[in-house]
Order: sequence, then structure tokens, then C-alpha cells
Amino acid sequence: MAATEAGLAPDQFEDLVDAVTEGPVEFDGLTVGYEDDGYVFEVPDLHREHLSVEELERVAAANAEWVTNWHFWTVVVGGEGTARRDFLRWLEAADEHTVQARYDAMEADGIHHEWGELLVTVELGEVGYRRYELRHVDDSEADPADLTVHDEPRDLRDLSKYDDRGRYRPLKTAPSLVDGWMLRDLTSGELKEALGFVYPATVENWHREHEGTLDVSHWRETAERQTGIYDVVDELPREAVEWVTEAACVDSQCLKRREWQYDEDDHLDTPGGDGTFPCREPCSLVVAAARKWTKLEEEAERTYEFELTPSEKEQLEAIVDAVADGRTDEIREADVYEGANRYRARYLRAKRFDEDGRLCGVPTEE
Amino acid sequence: MQALVIVAHGSHLNPESSAPTYAHADTIRESGAFDEVREAFWKEEPSFRDALRTVESEAVFVVPLFISEGYFTEEVIPRELRLDDWEPELWDSDGTSASQATLYAEDVDKTIHYCGPVGTHDAMSDVIVKRAETVTGDPDVGEGFGLAVVGHGTERNENSAKAIEYHADRIRATGRFDEVKALYMDEEPEVDDVTDYFESEDVVVVPLFVADGYHTQEDIPEDMGLTDDYREGWDTPAEVDGHRIWYAGAVGTEEFMADVILERAAEAGADVRDALEKVREATGGVPASGD
Repeated sequence: MAATEAGLAPDQFEDLVDAVTEGPVEFDGLTVGYEDDGYVFEVPDLHREHLSVEELERVAAANAEWVTNWHFWTVVVGGEGTARRDFLRWLEAADEHTVQARYDAMEADGIHHEWGELLVTVELGEVGYRRYELRHVDDSEADPADLTVHDEPRDLRDLSKYDDRGRYRPLKTAPSLVDGWMLRDLTSGELKEALGFVYPATVENWHREHEGTLDVSHWRETAERQTGIYDVVDELPREAVEWVTEAACVDSQCLKRREWQYDEDDHLDTPGGDGTFPCREPCSLVVAAARKWTKLEEEAERTYEFELTPSEKEQLEAIVDAVADGRTDEIREADVYEGANRYRARYLRAKRFDEDGRLCGVPTEE
Repeated sequence: MQALVIVAHGSHLNPESSAPTYAHADTIRESGAFDEVREAFWKEEPSFRDALRTVESEAVFVVPLFISEGYFTEEVIPRELRLDDWEPELWDSDGTSASQATLYAEDVDKTIHYCGPVGTHDAMSDVIVKRAETVTGDPDVGEGFGLAVVGHGTERNENSAKAIEYHADRIRATGRFDEVKALYMDEEPEVDDVTDYFESEDVVVVPLFVADGYHTQEDIPEDMGLTDDYREGWDTPAEVDGHRIWYAGAVGTEEFMADVILERAAEAGADVRDALEKVREATGGVPASGD
């Protein structure tokens, strides 16, 4: 009884006694053992020995945080050496802070971490069980009443499939996750499942990086491995790979931090980004796009002659810029001072394109 | 601990391409047959390359949600999963008889049971028939009906057509339908001329595709003359040249596909007996032919 009231469940105490019969328990500052004349219980600033099992239960209940912490990590989480465990320990900075400090923080406001566009909060549940909450980082200050509450990790799979304009997101780590929702009271297993749906394999590759075992496949190796219709991508010039990364692998397009280079000893100039989790090789989207660029780069350059006013040349530049940065929607309907404004673009087309859509009537091929 | 990894094609363009994979994975997850169930894709994430590291189990059953043996199952998937000792001979297959091969993936230190694709499993014949029942709303459909099993077909890989032929032969042998034909998009006999190949007034057309997408929802209905413009939809059945065409859409969306995935894993040694019963109840499936 005493144990339950003090925040330690009877089965947690039983698990501890069972564990001690196998050998001393030593975990996060807690030591419990059995010697010939009784149990030994030790936490910082407290050492008790010669304890009967009843006495041990009272001492354990009085220091429930240490025991529930052991129970959570050993019995509930388990998985020594796994990415899952490493990630959960990292979330509450378990290797840096005492049990007391972590429990205080989890109880007060929860411990927060960003994971891509996700905000993960660790809270303290009953008898030391952790409960996790997930929401969009943009909703970090939002009142839960204003958010749509979901129960199932699987719901995130559907939520993360489309952006806020309803368009399909083929790249899961694109910075276009919709906001306005939350999942709460997740178990550690459910949290891991939810992260796997939103950002697949990121926890595992982050863990490998943490352990120093991240296996990076650089551009050349990845390109040379391709077969079938992608066989050609290894012909993409070195210089163009630089443009590929500038186009697709920067923070504005993908939240992964690019760890791959052109080759192990031949680094790309494009910065890898500041993401929490690493990108270990060119993804399928980049390879598919590179196939197109490989074909385009095979074309010889030629000289065209166009008659444009200086402003019209600048307007073409502004249009490319706006499309490349995904800003076309932000340009106001009547803002004709913007080169990429729709009316401006239509005017340019009306003036400079012929009936076949050719700029200044100049044929593409002659 | 044992894990199931369902590997499928996925798409950068079509969000529905992965939908059947997720649906069947969910059914299997709910059955509790595996400690872990994951989806992995060629064109989506997790990629084939990263899939195996997302499971903790030492034994992993990899089931390709592909229709035929060929380029993907023999070359791309094993290469991307880093099954270094893989060679197609390990399946000892005639093009439709691949069952499984046990391999080791070094980067994750796991035993991988690499299964044959779902499309060539015998139980797939039952899924095709079930699809015919679903689209006609008649659990006894067969008499007076023709059945067309439609495949992509390609000159580049003979196994692609073999899988279609295999099921057409099996279903024909049951004598359930008056006529059974294998038709293709990209080779003869072509699905465009479906009515030329049947005497039966009623013809059920079942495309042997994993997901509904461009081919099953745009190309094939227009090519068969069910509609002039796929966006306007079509009737089921639709009248074409004096025949009633009952077009079923991709077979891979049939719930019973989850059973076939489990059957593949079971043949490779996964302990899924209890789950098979549960999944069959959930999907309305029947024991695979030959059980």
C-alpha cells in the first residue's frame, strides 16, 4: 500500500526484487543489492543496508523516483544499444541530468525537443511512466483547445502526406508539414512509431551518427550503383552535382543535414544544412531528378538572340527566382511592381511570345 | 523477435500508390503476427536502403508487394537491402515459383528471409476471383462470365507476362468461369481489344496491379472503351461492343492481399499461424489454394 501511495506500483517493486536476485542493480545513481544480512539501497546522499524485504519496500517507496526511473528504462524501454533507447534517453538528457532534475522538469513544464518540424515533449505520467506529446513546432505556444487532437500515431501518416495546400509531399523531410494538430499521452513505443511515419529512419540514422557508425554513401558511389533507367546518372558532371544539392538539398527544401559529398575526398561547396538528423545518401527524389538533369546536361549550348528591354530581362530573372523559391503564391494580385506578378507575366507573354509560345519568336531548334 | 518488412514501389507523383501497402501493413500489424511491421519503398521513405535498420528484430521477413519476378525483385531490392550474397538462382524459380531465400544483411547484422513477390503466390489466384466477386456483387460469379486477367506486359522481361499467364491458367483450370484470358497493356493480346477475345456477354476485367493509379484508373478504362475521358468515370458494368464489362480496378487494393503477404512470410518460416486466422476473419479471405 505504502508503495502505491508514494508513487511506486507494487509490480515495479516486485520487478526490482526479482532483478536484485539476479545481481546488483546499478542505474542512473541507484544501487540496490543483496548481501548475506539483507538488502542494500543506495542513492546519492542515502545509504541503507541490512534491510529486510519489507524495509526495502519502505525505503524504495520513500525514494520512488529512483526506482521508477530504473523500472522505466530497464523494464519498459529496455533495448540496450538500440536507436529507440538512445533517442528516448537523449530526449530527457538522461546522461547529463540527475533523476531528480529530470523528474522536476518533466513534472513542471515537460522537456521539449525539436525533431525536424516536430516538437516532442516528455512529461511524467503515473509512477514514473513517461508520456510523450507531439505537435508542430509552429504550434509550440498554441492552446491545446485550438489544435485537433489525434490518438493514433498512424494518423500522422495521413496528416504528413499532404501540405497545407493539399499537395502530395513526396519528400517526407520537406519543411512543409502541416500544423494545427497534436498527439498526446503517447507511450515511448507509440512515439517511436509516430516519428517513423513522419520522418522515417531519421532516429536510426541519427543514432548511428551518435555512435560513430553512420554509413554515408557519397554521390559517386550512389550514382554508380544505379541500374535501369537511372544508370545514366553517373554521367552527370561534377559541377552539376553541386547545382543538384543547391537545388534540392538545402535547409529550405529538406530538413535532413546532408552528410554525403561528391566523393569521400571531394567535398561539395553547398553547405550541408543545420538539420538535427543526417542524410546518408542521395535520396530517390534526387536520383530521379538527377536523371533528368543528366539528360539535359547532354545538350550542347547554343546562342540565341532576343530583343528585350532591360526591365524585361530583369523580369525573367525575377520569375525564375520566385518559382525556385516557391514564392509565386505570396505575390499579391495587383502588385505589378513584382516581376513575377501574374499580370506582369501575362503582359510579357502577350508582347514577347509568338503564337507557338516562343520567346521573341525565336525558334528553339533550327 | 520477428519483423515483417513489406517492400513496394511507391511514387513521387501519386499519393495513392502506397495506399494499399499501408492498408495491408495495418491489417497485419493489428493481427499481432509480428513484433514489428514496416513499409519500405523505392520512391518513398523509408527507402529500401534504410528500411532494415528501422526494425530491432533479428529475423526479418521481407515480402515484395510486386506482381512479378524480374528487375525489381531480382536486382533492385536485394541490392538496395544490401543482401550481398543474393543471386537469383537462390530462388530456384521458373519465373513464377520463387518462395524464399535466407540471407544475411551485414550493415544491420540481421537474418533476412527474402520472399518471392506476392503477385506469383498461388493465393493470388483467389484474390483475383475475390475481386471478380466484389465487383459483380455476386459471391458465385462464374457461369456465363468471362474473366480477363490484365497485366502490364513488357518486352523487356518475360516474367512479367508469366505471372499473368500463371493465374489465368490456374483459374481456367477450376472451370469456374466460361472463359479466362490473359491480356496486356504493352504486348499482344492487348486489353484494348478485350471484347474480341470473349464470347461471353459478361466479362470481368481484373488488372493484376498493386495500386490504383495512372494505368488502372486512366489508361486501361479509356483503352477498353469504358469511357472517352477517365475524369468522367465509367459505368460498372459498361456496355462495350455488345459486351458488359465489369472493370475491377487494381487487384492489390483487395483486402485479402494481406493474407497473401502473410502466406509468403509463413512459407519462409515466420510464425504467423494465429495471425493468419485473424487476418482471414478481418479480410473475409479463404485459405489459399492447396491448403
